[in-house]
Amino acid sequence: MPAVSKGDGMRGLAVFISDIRNCKSKEAEIKRINKELANIRSKFKGDKALDGYSKKKYVCKLLFIFLLGHDIDFGHMEAVNLLSSNKYTEKQIGYLFISVLVNSNSELIRLINNAIKNDLSSRNPTFMCLALHCIANVGSREMAEAFAGEIPRILVAGDTMDSVKQSAALCLLRLYKASPDLVLMGEWTSRVVHLLNDQHMGVVTAAISLITCLSQKNPDEFKTCVSLAVSRLSRIVSSASTDLQDYTYYFVPAPWLSCKLLRLLQCYPPPEDGAVKGRLVECLETILNKAQEPPKSKKVQHSNAKNAILFEAISLIIHYDSEPNLLVRACNQLGQFLQHRETNLRYLALESMCTLASSEFSHEAVKTHIETVINALKTERDVSVRQRAADLLYAMCDRSNAKQIVAEMLSYLETADYSIREEMVLKVAILAEKYAVDYSWYVDTILNLIRIAGDYVSEEVWYRVIQIVINRDDVQGYAAKTVFEALQAPACHENMVKVGGYILGEFGNLIAGDPRSSPLVQFNLLHSKFHLCSVPTRALLLSAYIKFINLFPETKATIQEVLRSDSQIRNSDVELQQRAVEYLKLSSIASTDVLATVLEEMPPFPERESSILAKLKKKKGPGVVPVSELEDGKREGGELNGGGDRGPDSAMSASNASTPSPSADLLGLRSAAPVSAAAPSAGSLLVDVFSESGAGGPAAAVNDDGFLRFVCKNNGVLFENQLLQIGIKSEYRQNLGRMYLFYGNKTSVQFASFSTTVSYPGELQSQLNVQTKPVEPLVEGGAQVQQVLNIECITDFSEAPQLNIKFRYGGALQNITLKLPVTINKFFQPTEMAATDFFQRWKQLSQPQQEAQKIFKANHGMDTEVLKAKLLGLGTALLENVDPNPENYVCAGVVQTKSQQVGVLLRLEPNAQAQPGVQMYRLTLRSSKDTVSKRLCDLLAEQF
Amino acid sequence: MRFMLLFSRQGKLRLQKWYVPLGDQEKRRLGRELVQTILGRKAKMCSFLEWRDLKVVYKRYASLYFCCAIEEQDNELITLEVIHRYVELLDKYFGSVCELDIIFNFEKAYFILDEFLLGGEAQETSKKSVLKAIEQADQLQEVRAVYLPRPLIPLISQAF
Repeated sequence: MPAVSKGDGMRGLAVFISDIRNCKSKEAEIKRINKELANIRSKFKGDKALDGYSKKKYVCKLLFIFLLGHDIDFGHMEAVNLLSSNKYTEKQIGYLFISVLVNSNSELIRLINNAIKNDLSSRNPTFMCLALHCIANVGSREMAEAFAGEIPRILVAGDTMDSVKQSAALCLLRLYKASPDLVLMGEWTSRVVHLLNDQHMGVVTAAISLITCLSQKNPDEFKTCVSLAVSRLSRIVSSASTDLQDYTYYFVPAPWLSCKLLRLLQCYPPPEDGAVKGRLVECLETILNKAQEPPKSKKVQHSNAKNAILFEAISLIIHYDSEPNLLVRACNQLGQFLQHRETNLRYLALESMCTLASSEFSHEAVKTHIETVINALKTERDVSVRQRAADLLYAMCDRSNAKQIVAEMLSYLETADYSIREEMVLKVAILAEKYAVDYSWYVDTILNLIRIAGDYVSEEVWYRVIQIVINRDDVQGYAAKTVFEALQAPACHENMVKVGGYILGEFGNLIAGDPRSSPLVQFNLLHSKFHLCSVPTRALLLSAYIKFINLFPETKATIQEVLRSDSQIRNSDVELQQRAVEYLKLSSIASTDVLATVLEEMPPFPERESSILAKLKKKKGPGVVPVSELEDGKREGGELNGGGDRGPDSAMSASNASTPSPSADLLGLRSAAPVSAAAPSAGSLLVDVFSESGAGGPAAAVNDDGFLRFVCKNNGVLFENQLLQIGIKSEYRQNLGRMYLFYGNKTSVQFASFSTTVSYPGELQSQLNVQTKPVEPLVEGGAQVQQVLNIECITDFSEAPQLNIKFRYGGALQNITLKLPVTINKFFQPTEMAATDFFQRWKQLSQPQQEAQKIFKANHGMDTEVLKAKLLGLGTALLENVDPNPENYVCAGVVQTKSQQVGVLLRLEPNAQAQPGVQMYRLTLRSSKDTVSKRLCDLLAEQF
Repeated sequence: MRFMLLFSRQGKLRLQKWYVPLGDQEKRRLGRELVQTILGRKAKMCSFLEWRDLKVVYKRYASLYFCCAIEEQDNELITLEVIHRYVELLDKYFGSVCELDIIFNFEKAYFILDEFLLGGEAQETSKKSVLKAIEQADQLQEVRAVYLPRPLIPLISQAF
């Protein structure tokens, strides 16, 4: 064919592109472009009517300039004119321009839609395809409104050309993704499903993408596709490599279609019909068998296409998680790939094995590859592959291999890439805790972590080691001895000083009998680090010192001397100064008895799962928001303890002095003081910082701890107690949402009569529609079951739906009610706009009821990145360079409900120095609907 | 697929196709960041990486990088072959395609891509059918691709 023969193309365009390429500098390029833009502008404005060719050439030049990264603000009308040309190339360039430079000018849209309509009804297949491509490329709501009704008709009509059908199918898919409410399949459903039987492979290939997407949303309506997909797949898999002619790719029959068929089947559970299932299992076996056959070609394309199908088949096998034989075969196959010379295959094998490791059928088989995976962690040259190896080691870890895996990860940490260190540290910390039989091993591991990668040890990790040491008296002496030894190192990490200070302050007495670690030696050791530490650590050390005075009366004089020195008592930092003054006073006026009561050993923490796990999940999850779990926890702690209500004057309450809790005020993490003098709740301060979820144990009351943490994020652990963990993953588009709930049985005992119900408090019934199917009534020990909720927002709402979970555990009925984190902001569609637009709209929404405003104290630091992440998590567009004050944040979005769309503008004004030491925010919401402004304002005021 | 980018070793974008609605600024920012990330990787590294919440699949042909951002559940290997099939289509159409062909005939590169992928999904995987569609279109028109002097480095001969 070679089509390049040829003619003289658009000579002017080629010359222009050459000119640009010859520009020696950016300035020269801009100059040349401006010259061209002026030229084009004058041609378009000139009196002489331009012929089609010139118009096409200039429009094409504009397009080129735009694609170079320059703004183009004219030429749209000329492009639209080209659409109605009857010369194919002119029309084609017109459509390309429109597709790339979508413009929201409504008059233009009307003209464009008109041109498209003409082409769609032209019965000229090439014109129809061009029009469909344009709709698919733009995919705007206006286009969906205009064409969503027409396209299904074109798709299923008997006389439509194959090529047009293909375009129509994918065009419809794009419209459905963007505006699902406008694409109504209804009567077309069965005819669309039957496209899977079409004779033309291209039609099937295109249609199946549409069917897969529709099946995900409406599995029941499309379930007949399962048997059709299986028989189609079976025909492809059993065909000889030449049967499918041009759909054979490097000797692999129809790899794209095969992958898509296997993907479609992953929307459904295993087929119930025995014959269909048998046929499918046969296909999967054939695919696995083919992997063992010698390659038909040495080309990488051959093996890639073949393996693409194989990996998709393995995904399906893992999805079904019901065929032990296939799971083990899949695992063996992946095991072979682990040592393949192609890096790509090793990467994918590690990734895929990670999911296999969580299946009970294949967990053991995965474990047999431990040496290979450890080797990969040590020797892979590409960090992304090493990352996968670390993930897999983490996934395959259990009690039998924990010590080995933790040791390997620790040794890897010494040389690990900076980009993955923090995550590795979290993983090591979690594994060490989860599989610790022997707590001295756990303490050693965490201290090693701090030694090797102290900078990457987040607060959660060292809080957790303290919590565990406090709760286990069998490890306290060992912990004290070990930290004491670790602190001997001339340069030890500040996190080590924190742990050391805390533990010696509590349990230093357990090693004080040895003259090598007498009270004074311990104190001097700690104090030798004092001057090198940051303020929060110094604050913690001061608390350790007051505890020393109680533990070891003989150190009192020395410590008082230190507290009395100018560098403490006149320290410029208010927190340190206050502690020095108060501790000094306390130690001099309180009797020994009072001191002993006030500074008593920390009470044990209620046992709960740590939040480091959640932090890790969050790091890995999609749409990572770099807001530490700790922040959420802190706020919870504040709420649960009513911390915000008390003034700072209560800072010296007994519980505070007795509790050198690293979680709360001692580190200055929270401006308000912790309260409540009762020892148990003082103890719970730390727990609340840790806690990822609400109250432990079964509870009948509505638990909404988790709820507010999910306003700005979609994934995480919603609830956890000793028995059950509930993870959620959710996604929203337009007014629709889908939430996956993962119920994990943390025990080794089966849950019976497991059931869940969703209820709607207040008016919610008419505002929100949540559909789901019942879950299996039995949840095996250690197993996880998934439930999918399909959510439709009918109109705006303020209440949250409630989820009630009931099950029997060892005979006792458990009853848990949670608020589901479905909030109005989930249905936001971000809206980008310029400053002028923003303020114009802001002014239009100036009626008092349209605005909701709150002024509140900051609960967290005013870190710009964290704030931005939260605002983006909210679902709005964060508009840069709009607010004249660069400190402020403004956002815009549209809440999509079935009944209406509500435009929302948001402005958040931080005031870092409202009063000395107090950070405040002013939050203003404006929207066309008062209930929306109010609800969003209430929700958001809890987030910052 | 969320988007596809073609860029040179110097980081110049040669083609960008977005299958999700994003603002121009956002597109430029994402493009810039991803190009830098990929150019920062060494040869012979894995063709896949996790980037933000997406999976990225890329491959270098001579002076040009082809890069696709796909979703969590999409298949990496078949995406690699999407790239290869596109290179084959360009190669067949232009006859030993090289980077300059794509610069000077950028509109053709877009047209060919639209015949092959639509809305981020494979529309027609048969090479013959795609080329037939383009050829038919070419017959309807009076002029064709701009002629470039040969020889230049053909992309397909140098896959990395």
